[in-house]
Amino acid sequence: MHARRVAAVALRQFYLYSGSATRVVPLFAWVAIDITLWGFISRYLNSVATPGYNFIPTLLGAVLLWDFLARVLQGVSTAFLEDVWSRNFLNMFATPLQISEYICGLVITAVVTSLIGLLTMLALAAAAFGLSFVPYGAALVPFVLVLFLTGIALGIAGSAMVLRLGPASEWFLWPMPALIAPFAGVYYPVSTLPGWMQAISRLLPPSYVFDGMRAIVRHAPWDMRSLAIGLALSVLYIVIAAIFFRQVYRFAVRTGLLARYNAESPS
Amino acid sequence: MVQAHLELPDLSPPPVLVVSDLRKTYRETVAVDGVSFAIPPGEIVGLLGPNGAGKTTIVNMILGVLEPNAGSIRIDGIDLLRRRSAALAFTNFSAVYAALPGNLTVEQNLRVFGLIYEVPALAERIEDLLVRFDLVQFRGTKSGVLSSGEQTRLSLAKALLNRPKLLLLDEPTASIDPSAAREIRALIRAFAEENASAVLWTSHNMYEVEEVCHRVLFLSRGRVLLDGDPKLLPHEHGAATLEDLFVQVARERLHPEHS
Repeated sequence: MHARRVAAVALRQFYLYSGSATRVVPLFAWVAIDITLWGFISRYLNSVATPGYNFIPTLLGAVLLWDFLARVLQGVSTAFLEDVWSRNFLNMFATPLQISEYICGLVITAVVTSLIGLLTMLALAAAAFGLSFVPYGAALVPFVLVLFLTGIALGIAGSAMVLRLGPASEWFLWPMPALIAPFAGVYYPVSTLPGWMQAISRLLPPSYVFDGMRAIVRHAPWDMRSLAIGLALSVLYIVIAAIFFRQVYRFAVRTGLLARYNAESPS
Repeated sequence: MVQAHLELPDLSPPPVLVVSDLRKTYRETVAVDGVSFAIPPGEIVGLLGPNGAGKTTIVNMILGVLEPNAGSIRIDGIDLLRRRSAALAFTNFSAVYAALPGNLTVEQNLRVFGLIYEVPALAERIEDLLVRFDLVQFRGTKSGVLSSGEQTRLSLAKALLNRPKLLLLDEPTASIDPSAAREIRALIRAFAEENASAVLWTSHNMYEVEEVCHRVLFLSRGRVLLDGDPKLLPHEHGAATLEDLFVQVARERLHPEHS
């Protein structure tokens, strides 16, 4: 792993963001709209639901954390798509750059862009709706870490899918969080789901996060080991996603897909 | 007097690029069929042939973005298929179909690729190339708004960033005017001489090939039909000019057994 090559991949993304308001604004805008919308929904539910139950931490908090995962996913995949959109594969991959260095550069970009989104959401949710994660302190870190790692894994896997299926398949990328959310128990306990959906949710690291967060908010007993399972799964998925990306890249080099990428098929 | 039979050591430098029995097929289509050649340091070799002859396929395989079905490629002694990253560290390229990202400025592009190639004293190298390729006034200009000639100069500047031992140029002067093309040819020749770099140059401009290349390889249907000095080859094969010879090869009047 060569640090200068990793830095080059991340620097390219920094240059793109620094010169483009259309790239910077979405880092703030969509998450701010989501927090505003769900903040008011939570406030309304508080007014009609059983007195004493607060939807702000459970519902708005869940939206915030789920949006964070989506921003991480998009941070990786959008950085990758920049090379698709500018037809830059030949320039990038006909260099000494290794796939691991390339992916690391994308991940660094995602760290920065998703942190901007997270800080925006935290500030807005606290200022407008009184949502604060401060009472949970450092206990929140492993939850956020699992979501971050899952977002990275999804971003790498999604990028590999685009590499394999061609530029038009980016439209499969954007709905990925929405596809996973029903199984991950973002807005309701996993126990609400039918058995077959629960079986799938047990394979999804975020389901451990959201069940755990709900328990903490309710001051209910909760087994920390379940979060360890989520953490282990998210790390496993990153490894699988990286292997998947490498295999797709090798396929693309072997078949000629990389050299003829815009044709969307090797022959 | 006793005559000693001395075997003189081979003092010629090892080739920078060795391509051996290279073959690439796409399903039933044979794009490259058993191509072998070597380029020693300082030599500029023209890779000629009609459209679809396999030139770009060969270039893509040497760049590591396309895997051959058979054969090997060694760059500065390093097996490309086994140690891709190490081999490509000594290589660079410019191709008419691989423009640098248009949403980065000239200087940003050079810095990003300079870091990828781990160019020492990068800032100085960028300044040197900006001056050499007359790009100083465009350093802050987005590459996408440059004229095609300016983009070609930028692509060539990128290609020389790491002072490559092997430089691949796929129709480098295809989109620039004759005056600029002449300057580019002079620059590439000077670079190859100064750095003892091997250059593989594809072009459809036979005048250019004759002026620049020390040797040419004629390709047809993925095979090397002719290999020789561009100034001598036409006469050796009954053609008046290199262009006439090209047309003969393109029409496949010339077959390997005739060469």
